[in-house]
Amino acid sequence: MNIETILLMRTEFLLIFLLVALIVLDLFASNNLKKYFDSIACFLFLATTLVGFLPLNEGEAFGGMFVADRMNAVVKSILNVGVLLVFLQSKTWLNNAYTNHKKSEVYILIISTLLGMDLMISSGHFLLFYIGLELASLPLAALIAYNKYSKESVEAGAKFILMAAFSSGILLYGLSMFYGAVGEAGLYFDALSGLVKPTSIQLLAMVFFIAGMAFKISLVPFHLWTADVYQGAPTNITAFLSVVSKGAAVYALMIVLYKVFNNIFDSWEFVVYGLIVVTITVGNLFAMRQQNMKRFLAFSSISQAGYIMLGLLPGTALGMSSVVFYLLVYLVSNLGIFAVVSILENHSKKESITDYNGLYQTNPKLSVIMMLFLFSLAGIPPFAGFFSKFFVFMAAAEMKYYALVFIALINTVISLYYYLIVVKAMFITKNETPITTVKTDTSSKLGLFICVIGTLFLGILSYFYETINQFSVGLF
Amino acid sequence: MNLLYLFVIIPLLLMGGVAMLRDAKQIKILMAVGASLLLATSFVLLYAYMQAKALAPNEVMYFQSDLLWYPSFNIKLSLGVDGISVLMIILSSIIVFTGVFATWGLKEQVKEFFLWFLMLSTGVYGFFISIDLFSMFLFYEVALIPMYLLIGLWGTGRKEYSAMKLTLMLMGGSAFLLLGILGIYFNSNAEGGPLTMNILEIAKVHIPVEAQNLFFPLTFLGFGVLGALFPFHTWSPDGHASAPTAVSMLHAGVLMKLGGYGCFRVAIYLMPEGADTYTTLFLVLTGISVVYGAFGAIVQKDLKYINAYSSVSHCGLVLFAILMLNRTAMTGAILQMLSHGLMTALFFALIGSIYGRTHTRLINEMGGLMKIMPFLAVCWVIAGLASLGLPGLSGFVSEMTIFVGAFQHADTFHRVLTIVACASIVITAVYILRVIGKILFGPVQDKHHENLTDAFWYEKIASVTLIVFIAFIGIIPFFSSDIINESLTSIIGKL
Repeated sequence: MNIETILLMRTEFLLIFLLVALIVLDLFASNNLKKYFDSIACFLFLATTLVGFLPLNEGEAFGGMFVADRMNAVVKSILNVGVLLVFLQSKTWLNNAYTNHKKSEVYILIISTLLGMDLMISSGHFLLFYIGLELASLPLAALIAYNKYSKESVEAGAKFILMAAFSSGILLYGLSMFYGAVGEAGLYFDALSGLVKPTSIQLLAMVFFIAGMAFKISLVPFHLWTADVYQGAPTNITAFLSVVSKGAAVYALMIVLYKVFNNIFDSWEFVVYGLIVVTITVGNLFAMRQQNMKRFLAFSSISQAGYIMLGLLPGTALGMSSVVFYLLVYLVSNLGIFAVVSILENHSKKESITDYNGLYQTNPKLSVIMMLFLFSLAGIPPFAGFFSKFFVFMAAAEMKYYALVFIALINTVISLYYYLIVVKAMFITKNETPITTVKTDTSSKLGLFICVIGTLFLGILSYFYETINQFSVGLF
Repeated sequence: MNLLYLFVIIPLLLMGGVAMLRDAKQIKILMAVGASLLLATSFVLLYAYMQAKALAPNEVMYFQSDLLWYPSFNIKLSLGVDGISVLMIILSSIIVFTGVFATWGLKEQVKEFFLWFLMLSTGVYGFFISIDLFSMFLFYEVALIPMYLLIGLWGTGRKEYSAMKLTLMLMGGSAFLLLGILGIYFNSNAEGGPLTMNILEIAKVHIPVEAQNLFFPLTFLGFGVLGALFPFHTWSPDGHASAPTAVSMLHAGVLMKLGGYGCFRVAIYLMPEGADTYTTLFLVLTGISVVYGAFGAIVQKDLKYINAYSSVSHCGLVLFAILMLNRTAMTGAILQMLSHGLMTALFFALIGSIYGRTHTRLINEMGGLMKIMPFLAVCWVIAGLASLGLPGLSGFVSEMTIFVGAFQHADTFHRVLTIVACASIVITAVYILRVIGKILFGPVQDKHHENLTDAFWYEKIASVTLIVFIAFIGIIPFFSSDIINESLTSIIGKL
């Protein structure tokens, strides 16, 4: 291990360092110092995030096991920003009487799953990929069951761990078939891609692999755990699950499909096409009927995952950059919504859509901000969501998937319907006893501010997309 | 600086101003000043356009400016206007101006109302000044979404239902439209050039006929939904009936024109051969719109529903004329947009005033209003006469031009269809005169109506402004028709 390796893996090393530092701080610091634990953690994490923006040399470490390229670095930075926003949002929640004594766990666990995601997306070998995947899933189960005296939270944690084990099993089974089929070459991505052929056993392996990842991304029909887990988990953890965890899994799937399975594009195209159609449609149709805000957001995020996959399908450079840009925009908009939901939940313990009736009378600013995020998710200009949806559609239309784009477009109209239901509840429906006026604390305000700025300007300023676009490579 | 930027900048600055003010009175005064400024700027634009036209008569678009936005897609913020868009901008400014005065009496949530109203106007202006498909579509959607809250919050009757119906149907239309735009974009390199969204550059390229046949109907339908094309017109009666006065005015007066304008600027201009393939189908649909809308208006009892169905009929005539694909009919179509925009705005302003006094819009609950509120009643008669095509007012000019243009086609299909569409004039006369007879003349139906006041000063400003422009088009038709006629050359050349 030399200095180049360390520089290539700088994000991972910093995260490990941060992890150790926080554990040490948690164990040995005086109670006085522990009061500032959140601020210290946020500050150190901010430093890590900033380091991620520094220019990077591309290269490989450990004989191609670890690949550092610029697109990976961009995605890692996006995930870092997401985690930072989650940290900022969770401060109020963590400082209540029930969780105050164990708040350090949240930071430590989130950072370790983030480390897993980073390893997963920059892996060049299936072994590291699998280690990263597991490291990303297991701490999540602990986070979901964090409110251990709440029945729903524990139930959600159990569901999640079973699901994660099951999907890992399927994925691993696919990989083992694959390994058997290609023989001696090992499981390096580069070496594999030349050996992949559309034989029946390899196709089966590919399908198992996609199914395993589809569980993680919660694509229909592998989505059944999503609503329950999202509802049971603490709101801020749900935010993390729906954005950061999902985003990393989509990107990792894209990397493997582009790098390993590029020879059998015709075969996975068909599978992914089908997954997109059912995911967008079912996600939308179920979202319309939800009463609970978190279940509602669960189905909304399922359908959003379908839109992200739309950029993945064509296998072009435009597709890759539209996926990463979509992730970025989805991250700020969705985390913004979750920030509002968690602020209101911390204040009033209410999380059903009807509780939001008449919110504009008492909390005008929060309602307007919430509406902005909802419009962004629905793809209404001039908010960022419009641009990200437009580019994803462009990527699909470039390769002549016009029918698919049409289905997706009709679904945006359906999605607009249920996003408008929330807007209607907040602005139009009259309510005698709306949620009382909330005083938000500084860190939530800061988080919301970043989300609002992102939602307003990520699309209008072309800088962000064009930067991402420089680094993207296609299949062909 | 390019004059066109002002049309986006002024509304945005106004939004900032309105957001900062607290007092309702001050907001209204600021809006009145801003709307007058917009109106003045549009006339300056008209003057500048005529100067530029005299200097360089062969340009397609004037005051062009390109701002590279997304280099990797070759998406630019391209602005430019020709005579038709200048007239559309003037129409929008007139409606915004009168709309502000028509809502002068608004009491609740004044600030929010005008913020959404300004967002709507920004979208409308942005649409008319864009010559780039991307920014056009962006502004188009910006103009659609405020309708939901404007109707849902300040509307009357079944407002939540209507607001949702209107928003979803129009967004559904824009789904078709977006697919059409993507199709055009990815075929814009058919002759080896770069992919582009700029309308003028695409117009130089011959898009393959198969692609035109696939994407023309999508684009036309997408805009057609907003132009109340049968059978996608059902949002219009409900939406207009529930919307507050100024929003009805702006929506029927200007927003529905976005549909017609888009149909001919994007769909027909860029894909003339596709248009040729589908004219028969769409002509039949627009013919149905024209006649069905008129019949629909006959049986309604609510003033707003009557006017909304009449809008379906008149806007159907716009699309009908555009699809005739010749110069005379298209000139008529643009004139009809102007004429219908002014006339329907006047109707909605008057309905708003009458409803504000009588608290009913049902025609059988009113009567003898001519004695009670003579000013409003006379304005109503003028609007009605313009609507049924009395010479000297705008409706006659536009409908006459349309039918003359349509009859130039010598084949039976077009002639029969023209005759059928002509019949709508008679039906229009029936419902206009029926309403006038019922509510303006005859005995007073309700004793409480006798003490009602006539128009206030702000209502007078709104009505008189609109009537002046209706009469201007009617009396001096060649002024606007010449401008339109000159600008049509590039489009006619493609057909």
